[in-house]
Amino acid sequence: MIDVNVSLSRWPLRRLVGDEPQELVSQLRKRSVTQAWAGTFDGVLHKDLGSANERLASDCRRHGDGMLVPFGSVNPRLPDWQEDVRRCQELYHMPGIRLHPNYHDYGLDDPVFGELLHAATARRMIVQIAVSMEDERTQHRLMRVPDVDIARLAERIQNEPEARVVVLNFNPLHELEMARKLTATGRVYFDTSMVESVGGVARLARETSVRQVVFGSHYPLFYFESALLKVREGGFTEADARAVLEENARRLLGAWRT
Amino acid sequence: MTTVNRRTVLKSLGAGLAAASAGENAAAETVRQFRIWDEHCHLGSVPGDTPEERMTALVRWADRLGIERLLLSQGYCSELHPTPELFREENDRVMRAVRRVPDRAYGSVYLSPAYPEFSVQEFNRCVRDGPMVSIGEVEADKPCSAPEMEPIVECAASMHVPILQHTWLKIGGNEPGESTPYDVVAVAKRHPEVQFVCVHTGGDWERGIRIIRDTKNVSCDIAGSNPTAGFVEMAVRELGAERVIYGSDVGGRSFASQAGKVLGAEIPDSAKELILGGNLRRLLAPVLRAKGYQG
Repeated sequence: MIDVNVSLSRWPLRRLVGDEPQELVSQLRKRSVTQAWAGTFDGVLHKDLGSANERLASDCRRHGDGMLVPFGSVNPRLPDWQEDVRRCQELYHMPGIRLHPNYHDYGLDDPVFGELLHAATARRMIVQIAVSMEDERTQHRLMRVPDVDIARLAERIQNEPEARVVVLNFNPLHELEMARKLTATGRVYFDTSMVESVGGVARLARETSVRQVVFGSHYPLFYFESALLKVREGGFTEADARAVLEENARRLLGAWRT
Repeated sequence: MTTVNRRTVLKSLGAGLAAASAGENAAAETVRQFRIWDEHCHLGSVPGDTPEERMTALVRWADRLGIERLLLSQGYCSELHPTPELFREENDRVMRAVRRVPDRAYGSVYLSPAYPEFSVQEFNRCVRDGPMVSIGEVEADKPCSAPEMEPIVECAASMHVPILQHTWLKIGGNEPGESTPYDVVAVAKRHPEVQFVCVHTGGDWERGIRIIRDTKNVSCDIAGSNPTAGFVEMAVRELGAERVIYGSDVGGRSFASQAGKVLGAEIPDSAKELILGGNLRRLLAPVLRAKGYQG
C-alpha cells in the first residue's frame, strides 16, 4: 500500500501519535504501508525551508529503510525559491514537492504559482498541492487560513502538458464539475484524505477516473484507519482497490523515475 | 425484511477486496471485534429517489463495515428553517425508511424549540404512540438553552429517551439559533434526570469536551467532523469512555471516516466497545425495553 500524504515533524497546535519519525514508520508498518510520500509540517509556517527540507531528507534517509519518500516544501513568496526547488531535486533526490499556497499567501492564479509549476515540471517533479490542513471552521483563532481555491488549476495545467499534480486534503465531490475537468487533462490526481460522504471515495473514482484517485491518509494529523476504511466502504472491485491503494501512485512515481 | 447476521457481515468483509493489502484486511479484522451501532445517520446526500431506496443503500454501505444498527433522523431535505409541515414530512420519511429494515435501524424524532406545542404533538405521534426511540438531531432555529425547549425535555423525561442536540463552535460564528455545547450544558443542568448527547461536540472538540466535562448527563458524539487524531483519546481521558458515542453523520460524512476515529484511537478495546455501541445501547435500553424492541 502506498500512502501519498503523510507528514513528518510537529503540527504546531497539537502533539500527535506518530510525530516522531521512528514512531511514524512503526505505525505505518503496522498498517502494512510499504511506501509513504512524506512532506513536513515545518513547511507550513517555517521560513527557513532549506533547513526544513534538509531535516526531511535526513529523516527519510535514516528511518524506514526506504519507505519514506520525501516531498520538500517550496514557498514561492520567499526570495530565491528556485534554489529550494533545485536542492529538493539535485541534492535530496526528491521526486516532488508539496505546496501550501494558502499558508504561503498566494493563489493558483498568481503568476508566481505558474512559474513554480513550470520550474518543477521542467525538472519532471510531481507537484502536491495541499488545499487545506484542517477544517476552516475549527482553526485556531490566530491561525485562520482559508482553503486553496483550485478553480484556476485547470487553466494553469493547460500550459504545462507534462505537469503531474496531486491535489491533497480536498473533497472533489463538492466541486465535481471542476474535478472532472481537471482529471480529464490526465495531469491531475486527487488523494482520498478529505473525500467525504457515504461511499465517497468510490463515487469520486466513478465520477472522475479510478486511475487518478490515490490513497492518502493525512497521517498523523488524521487517524489512518479513517482513510483505509473509506476504501473498504466504497466496495471497489479488487482491481480498482489495488489501483487506488497502490498502483496509481506507483505509476505516477514510475513516470517520474523514467 | 432484510436480515443481517454476523456471518453475513464477516463474509461481506472478507469478500470483494480479498486481494487488497494486508493492512486493509487487518482493519477489517479490527472492525469485526465490535458490535457497532451508529447514533447519527441521515438520508441526505444518499442516492435514491425514496426513503426506502436510500435506506437500502445506507445498509449496503453499513454492511461493508460491519455496522449492525443505525439511528436515523431528519435531513432528507436540506431546509434550514423547516415549518411544522416539513418536520412532519421528515419524520414520516424516517419512519418509512426504518420500516424497510426494522432489524437494522431505529428512528429518532425531529423536533424544535421554535415550535414547542407542535413538538409535543409530534413526539406523541412518533415516539409515545409511534415506533421512534429518541429525540433529535435537534438543530433548527432556536438554541436548546431557550425556555421553549422545556416541553421537549419533559417529553424526553416522560419516556426516558435521550436528546441528540446539534452543536457547533464555529470560529467564524454559528448560524443564528444554532446551539453550542454551552447551550446543551445549560439545559442539561436544569434536567439532570435526562440524558443529552452533545452532537459533534461543537466540532471544535478540544473546546467542546471541556465545556461538557462537568455535566455528567451529557455525552459526547464524535460524528460529522474531520477525523483529526486525538479527538477520541481526549474524550476518553476527560469524560470517561462511558460518555463517548460513535456516530457518523452519513450521508454527508462516511461511516468509515468516523468509525476510524475510534478504531484508530490509542484506547483499550473495552473503551472502543462502549463507544462503538455499548453506550448507545445503554442510553436506549429503557425505551427499547418499553417498546419490546430487541437491543
